[in-house]
Amino acid sequence: MISDVIDNEQVEILLNDVLENHGYDFLEYSPASIKRRIIRLYGLDNFVSFAEFRYTVKTDKQYFKRFLEEITVNVTEMFRDPSFYKSLRNDVLPVLGTYPFIRIWVAGCSTGEEAYSLAIVLKELNLLHKSLIYATDINPSVLEKAKKGMFPLTYLKQYSENYLQSGGLKDFSAYYTANYSLAKFDESLNSKMIFSTHNLVSDHSFNEFQLILCRNVLIYFDKGLQHKVFNLFDSSIEKLGYLALGSKESLEFWPKAREYKRVKMEKIWRKL
Amino acid sequence: MAQTIGSTSCEALIIGGSAGSLDVLLEIFPALRSDIRFPIVIVVHRKPSNESLLTDLLKSRTTLAVGEADEKEFLIPGKVFIVPADYHMLIEEDRSISLDYSEKVNYSRPSIDVTFQSAAEVFKDKLVCILLSGSNSDGVEGLKCVNRLGGRAVIQNPNTAIMPYMPQQAVINVKPHVILDSHDMAQYINKLND
Ligand SMILES: C[S@@+](CC[C@H](N)C(=O)[O-])C[C@H]1O[C@@H](n2cnc3c(N)ncnc32)[C@H](O)[C@@H]1O
Repeated sequence: MISDVIDNEQVEILLNDVLENHGYDFLEYSPASIKRRIIRLYGLDNFVSFAEFRYTVKTDKQYFKRFLEEITVNVTEMFRDPSFYKSLRNDVLPVLGTYPFIRIWVAGCSTGEEAYSLAIVLKELNLLHKSLIYATDINPSVLEKAKKGMFPLTYLKQYSENYLQSGGLKDFSAYYTANYSLAKFDESLNSKMIFSTHNLVSDHSFNEFQLILCRNVLIYFDKGLQHKVFNLFDSSIEKLGYLALGSKESLEFWPKAREYKRVKMEKIWRKL
Repeated sequence: MAQTIGSTSCEALIIGGSAGSLDVLLEIFPALRSDIRFPIVIVVHRKPSNESLLTDLLKSRTTLAVGEADEKEFLIPGKVFIVPADYHMLIEEDRSISLDYSEKVNYSRPSIDVTFQSAAEVFKDKLVCILLSGSNSDGVEGLKCVNRLGGRAVIQNPNTAIMPYMPQQAVINVKPHVILDSHDMAQYINKLND
């Protein structure tokens, strides 16, 4: 990948086109990472000039679908950061278990691995029946995959190790059936999930939740946009509800952070 | 082949390494001067677990401040930033850090290429990148980019590397470059301060 075929100014031109013609606003994403995604796509699809690339992105609806899929980073894992899931299991969900009904929002859920992991923990705590998981993402094609609940079998060994490290109690293979190269997860897990597109940049709060997970999404946003999204979450979390971020993300510099209390050493905060 | 040291000042030093590079880092760190005037970034391939091991090891061997690179943190002179396991690290025009959890590059996350390339665009001829021991070829493309944008490519002498493949690939593919024995590295870095 030649890393300087497109310069910063061209990135801005392209992102302005995208906003004007397709209504997606990437202008407040971290410049270096969005630029890298754009250059990667330019290379993958063998464009020969910026003008051609720009024209295609601007005018070709079908191509824009691909643009959206490739510009967002959809890498994810089940039970990523086992100690985080351990804390959910031991510190957070038992508290929420005292409520009659638990509403959870997984924002930026990608292909769903995180939502299924959460559903497994809820099930083991005997809370899944009274929970509802809203799983949203900007990218409609990852949501299609998430609905199916089928993940490549080659990753399951790693996932099962993560699961055990996170305090999982069962035989992980009890949750899926192997189907050629895919592991199909139990239907009881996604029966409690609602999948929908939601753009954290431009869409509004749509409910009140006791727990919001938004992990490894905010690293792609600049500081200003991060704070806007924290405000969106703040207006979507009930008093005494929880907000969970990725292992490298933090509420620290957000002005309202004072109204939240960190749960142990994890990237989990409780609204006071 | 050899470039004159100190022709332009160094505003950032990035050190990349894989298998066999820890020994070199442990040799370099105690000998670094305490008044280094540029940030040092360390990109080393490793397992996602034993999270803070590398940071702790390096911390115990220098008076320079050492920490895991935090998202949006600014690269400041005299501090050592360790790229966290399982994230790529990019550098923004304003010299702040962006972490990125995207696809592995050269089977690696963090990838040395990613950080070398990103730093090259920001620091251009004020950048020095050192590639150490390793057994894949991550870092080679990055060094080419560093050269193209006027920075300096430094490679550990493959004969002094526990895993010579990575520096060998760089010596073959990256021109021009500086080759250094591992025990000359600390002195080279200290001189970048002048
Ligand atoms: C690296 S994945 C993280 C997946 C999962 N949360 C995890 O931690 O493993 C980032 C996800 O955020 C989504 N995303 C990026 N920008 C978004 C936005 N503006 N609104 C909603 N989702 C967004 C991407 O489509 C992608 O699926």
